Amino acid sequence: MSALAAFFAMGGYAPYVWGSYALAVIIFIYNAWAPLRRHARLRRAILADGRRASAATAAPTHRIHDENSP
Amino acid sequence: MIAFFSRWASLPAFYRRAGRWIPWLWAVAAGLLMAGTVGGLVLAPVDYQQGEAYRILFVHVPSAWMAMFVYMFMAGASASAFIWHVKLAEILARVSAPLGAAFTALALATGSLWGARMWNTWWVWDARLTSVLLLFFLYLGFMALQAAIEDRRRAARAGAVLALVGVVNIPIIHYSVEWWNTLHQGATVSKFDNPSMTWDMLWPLLTMALGFMVYFAAAVLVRARSEILERERHRRWVIDEVTR
Repeated sequence: MSALAAFFAMGGYAPYVWGSYALAVIIFIYNAWAPLRRHARLRRAILADGRRASAATAAPTHRIHDENSP
Repeated sequence: MIAFFSRWASLPAFYRRAGRWIPWLWAVAAGLLMAGTVGGLVLAPVDYQQGEAYRILFVHVPSAWMAMFVYMFMAGASASAFIWHVKLAEILARVSAPLGAAFTALALATGSLWGARMWNTWWVWDARLTSVLLLFFLYLGFMALQAAIEDRRRAARAGAVLALVGVVNIPIIHYSVEWWNTLHQGATVSKFDNPSMTWDMLWPLLTMALGFMVYFAAAVLVRARSEILERERHRRWVIDEVTR
């Protein structure tokens, strides 16, 4: 058996050892990715809210201005 | 002192400071975790009793340490939230719970894989395993309580009571292997003056543990920032911060 094959075989414990490390990788990646995605979405939602709010305040002043003009 | 603390706990300042730290923390965590993995899987010698299967230790032990450390962190933050009504402490307690639950789940799952090979069973109801399972349910209970109570300040107070009562479980977990006759092996590292482990195995374990810790810091700060944005989303500074 080559050194590399021996390394992957883990002395016959491959499913247990690699399974443990795979679980760790999945949990670590998920717990980094999910909060980052949530943060990005939240920032976008707040940005959209802000635009909507500024559009709402801009519209009435425009209309009032129109009414007052001849 | 109080002025320093209130400035440090000010949400806008914390939000910006955490934003600067997070990329560095991710980088350091990634470096440590990769070094620890190579050390644990490749460089550490084979165990004379357990063969290659013992390499599960480099994942299992740090996650079990973190399961307890995060609980103490959560309970400490809960206590500060309960006593001094520090908003930042409420936020840190709330966002650390899912990470603690993840570390506990990882400790239980890797322990199960290890036990399946070494004890020929996936699970036994012995003191160590049962008390760690209880820790997992404490995290889930804390999270459920946070999710069930709409008002976040009240949720923080209710959660704090649960978290503080649950602290009694931590010494039980730690001493379970001494107080009861269990299948779980005793500590090999906590006797720092004379650890029953060779340096070749110890350094990957400690590197891994440090990597877990820095990873936790980064992940908890990302979650805390989201929580701050959500709570303060109608404040001027949040809108300025996001549009900037």
